[in-house]
Amino acid sequence: MKALLLRAVPRRALLSDSGKVLSLAGLTALVGAGVAGPAFGQAAPGQDVQLLNAAIALEHEGIAAYTIAAGSGLLKPEVVKIGVTFRGHHERHRDELVKAVKALGGQPVAAKSDKEYATQLNVAKLKNQADVLRLALGLERGAANAYLGLIPSLGTNYHQIAGRMAGDEAFHVAVLGGALGEPIPTQGLMFGG
Amino acid sequence: MSRSLMVAGALLSLMWGSQPVLAQESGDAERGATLYQQRCGACHSLDANRVGPKHRGVYGRQPASIPDFHYSTALRKLKEPWGDETLDRWLTNPTAMAPGTAMGIRVPQAQDRADIIAYLRSPAAR
Repeated sequence: MKALLLRAVPRRALLSDSGKVLSLAGLTALVGAGVAGPAFGQAAPGQDVQLLNAAIALEHEGIAAYTIAAGSGLLKPEVVKIGVTFRGHHERHRDELVKAVKALGGQPVAAKSDKEYATQLNVAKLKNQADVLRLALGLERGAANAYLGLIPSLGTNYHQIAGRMAGDEAFHVAVLGGALGEPIPTQGLMFGG
Repeated sequence: MSRSLMVAGALLSLMWGSQPVLAQESGDAERGATLYQQRCGACHSLDANRVGPKHRGVYGRQPASIPDFHYSTALRKLKEPWGDETLDRWLTNPTAMAPGTAMGIRVPQAQDRADIIAYLRSPAAR
């Protein structure tokens, strides 16, 4: 399994340090500004809308994180390619969640600007590729746990999609963890609980 | 039943009955820091408002009191400050405590909740 992961993401490539520092100003220029949107609670009529909107906000942040990383100059091209693929997964999640919120009559929460995401994720501290991967790993692990922890609070119509999204996040965790040389967990039930 | 046996039984009963409180008081802040990253870190940080509000100093604070975060109406209705009991209820089932909240993530294991709360109560998160 680990060999498969390492084939997908060459560890040497992932861990080499480009020696560059990610600057917030550079990031802002690279990624531009996002769209301001309604805050939670202002337009959402139901509990599921609120919860799904929180998931949309999480996905917005994930998409921005990969965009910022891809434009940082800290990643090797093959790693950028993987990050862009992962970003596509999060965009798919966002789109599904937006559809669900609209079907419930709610207003999907809009993305913040990438400059705001860069600030709240403190990307200015990232100095090399491994730093970027560690940030991504933390966000992905958190997202896998978040979807699993969310399921009991969601209406049953959304249990399956939340479970599928948790599965995607767990896949990202496995790839990123393998690339960073994290040991394979010895115990099962490694997410949620 | 002898008097000593009755006293012993009462003591045991008290011990069992107070388990949740003991779990809270004995929360492991170090384990809680790791759990915080893993369970809460998708949406929260100590020092930045993200999907959810920043958490530094949340223990003992009034709900919905970070001025630059847009809380749900449900959160703004909560009145009790965040402490051991309120945080435990919140992490057990947030939508039951504040129907309409945007926070739906549950932490089902009592010891996990106690450890996360111990971390939020610790100097590292104050």
